[in-house]
Amino acid sequence: MSEQPLSVLSKVILQIDSVNRTYIDDEDNTVEALQNVSLSVNRREFLSIIGSSGCGKTTLLRLIAGLDTPQSGQLILNGEAITQPAPQRGYVFQQGSLFPWLTVEQNIAAGLKARGVHRQNKDEVADYVTLIGLNGFEKSYPHQISGGMAQRVAIARALINNPNVLLLDEPMGALDSFTRADIQDKLLELWKKNSTTMILVTHDVDEAIYLSDRIVVMTPRPGKIKEIIEVGLPHPRHRGGSEFLSLRRDILETLHMASANPQPEYMI
Amino acid sequence: MLFRSVPDQTRKMPQVAKVKIASYSVFGGFSLTINQAYRFALIGLILLYLAIGAFSWFDQERRRKFKRRVPFRLAIGLVLALWDVLGTKLLVLPQPFFPGPSRIIEAFLMESDYIWQNTLYSLRLFSVGFLLGVAFGVGTGILIGWFPRVYYWVYPVLKITGVIPAVAWMPFALTLLPTPFSAATFLIVICAWFPVASLTAAGIASTPRVHFEVARTLGAKTRYLVFHVAIPHALPNIFTGISTANAFAFTTLVMAEMMGQPGGLGYYINASKVWSAYYKVFAAIIVMAVLFSLIMHVMGLIQSRILRWQKGLVKS
Repeated sequence: MSEQPLSVLSKVILQIDSVNRTYIDDEDNTVEALQNVSLSVNRREFLSIIGSSGCGKTTLLRLIAGLDTPQSGQLILNGEAITQPAPQRGYVFQQGSLFPWLTVEQNIAAGLKARGVHRQNKDEVADYVTLIGLNGFEKSYPHQISGGMAQRVAIARALINNPNVLLLDEPMGALDSFTRADIQDKLLELWKKNSTTMILVTHDVDEAIYLSDRIVVMTPRPGKIKEIIEVGLPHPRHRGGSEFLSLRRDILETLHMASANPQPEYMI
Repeated sequence: MLFRSVPDQTRKMPQVAKVKIASYSVFGGFSLTINQAYRFALIGLILLYLAIGAFSWFDQERRRKFKRRVPFRLAIGLVLALWDVLGTKLLVLPQPFFPGPSRIIEAFLMESDYIWQNTLYSLRLFSVGFLLGVAFGVGTGILIGWFPRVYYWVYPVLKITGVIPAVAWMPFALTLLPTPFSAATFLIVICAWFPVASLTAAGIASTPRVHFEVARTLGAKTRYLVFHVAIPHALPNIFTGISTANAFAFTTLVMAEMMGQPGGLGYYINASKVWSAYYKVFAAIIVMAVLFSLIMHVMGLIQSRILRWQKGLVKS
């Protein structure tokens, strides 16, 4: 490991070293959310973390964001230890994270204002409104737009700070499959355009294969990394393709959830 | 109402007492008796409704609204007529406690300047006390909601002192504060303070954690978390507190004025009662109804302006 050439080292944007995180739950039991998790994430990579609920995938994402701290181990981003949240690590929450008292454009601008940037940002915000396809909804309040639109706004709000890493915590979990597919394509478009490193937490195997370069498969109790799978398919990916389906079977088997003849959840 | 339009001298009705119907000079050198004044008031009311009716006639929506209000407006007329017959004509209602409507108008004809002065006094007292109380309440509410330490030490005090009706402090206020005005202001401040502070604190404390986390991942510091996350989230609560405080403040205002103020509508009621001038009491009550409704209306406008993001999000 220490013999790695410099070019390979600089490829890594995020280094997670034997991180442990335990919780005390409501019944005073100690829950090992993460046990000895190590992972390195490459610059400009689209990485998905998948696993059943309780496998610690959201905990891992919150540690990367700096919203939570590990009991042992460390997380290094661009050579600096992560200790607290910072705008260079954008975070998109599951749902309902927009400020209900701000309009769509004010929510996007909040990304700048929160870190104390008060310069004129009209054009910048307008660009992001166009980028996420919400023209005409600039003055709408979050409850007046659909769940899919709201998630696109949340993504734009995180992206306006030009983060090195965008952390996505099941951002499409609560959406219907059509809206989900739509946002997945939008994410790919933004990823290619902005050269951001994406780390996506999901429980949807198809979503992970459709989007990612690599898929981290986690298992619960204690939460740890079971396997890391390279996807290696060219974009755009076809959800019904044979390689896609065989990858899907592999992952489901790893998750001990595979049936004899897996059926795709949906085809587009 | 209409039979009253016949001049008194020509109708041979049994006279209960020899009463001289005084006439008062109003602006522009006109002189009016109370009967004429009431007649004008009624004609004014009828013309107003007719104008509204004519205005509403050509618009589908307004017309429906107007029609819906017809029974209620008819009832107003009937009640006024009945009151006039019982209170002025037949004197069935016990006098002088329940004067007829024209008699109440006399109070305005007689001393509208004095009523106006007292109204301004009340308005000034209310504004100073209420605004200070709300500011103070929002301030302490934010501190209680944000800092657990402040919550620990101040919230129990708020809970215990808050339930005491503010006027109970009257003796201390009158003794300890230099002027009656400052004493009454103090009472209104503390009566407005309690509901505003406790609801502000509850609103701040109930901010969803995800909103703070979003702001922190965007690089927000404490200042932003307080002023751009917690306080906006607490605003609906703050306004609930303010409207409760509003009602409390009206009560406290009038009671304080009745118990030891050199002016104000409460003072005017008390002073008139001493002379058994109950028609003046009613006049003051009418002024209060109008004034307090106006204040509530303005507060409602401010609230719906500031909370316009809630439109369609909540019922009503």
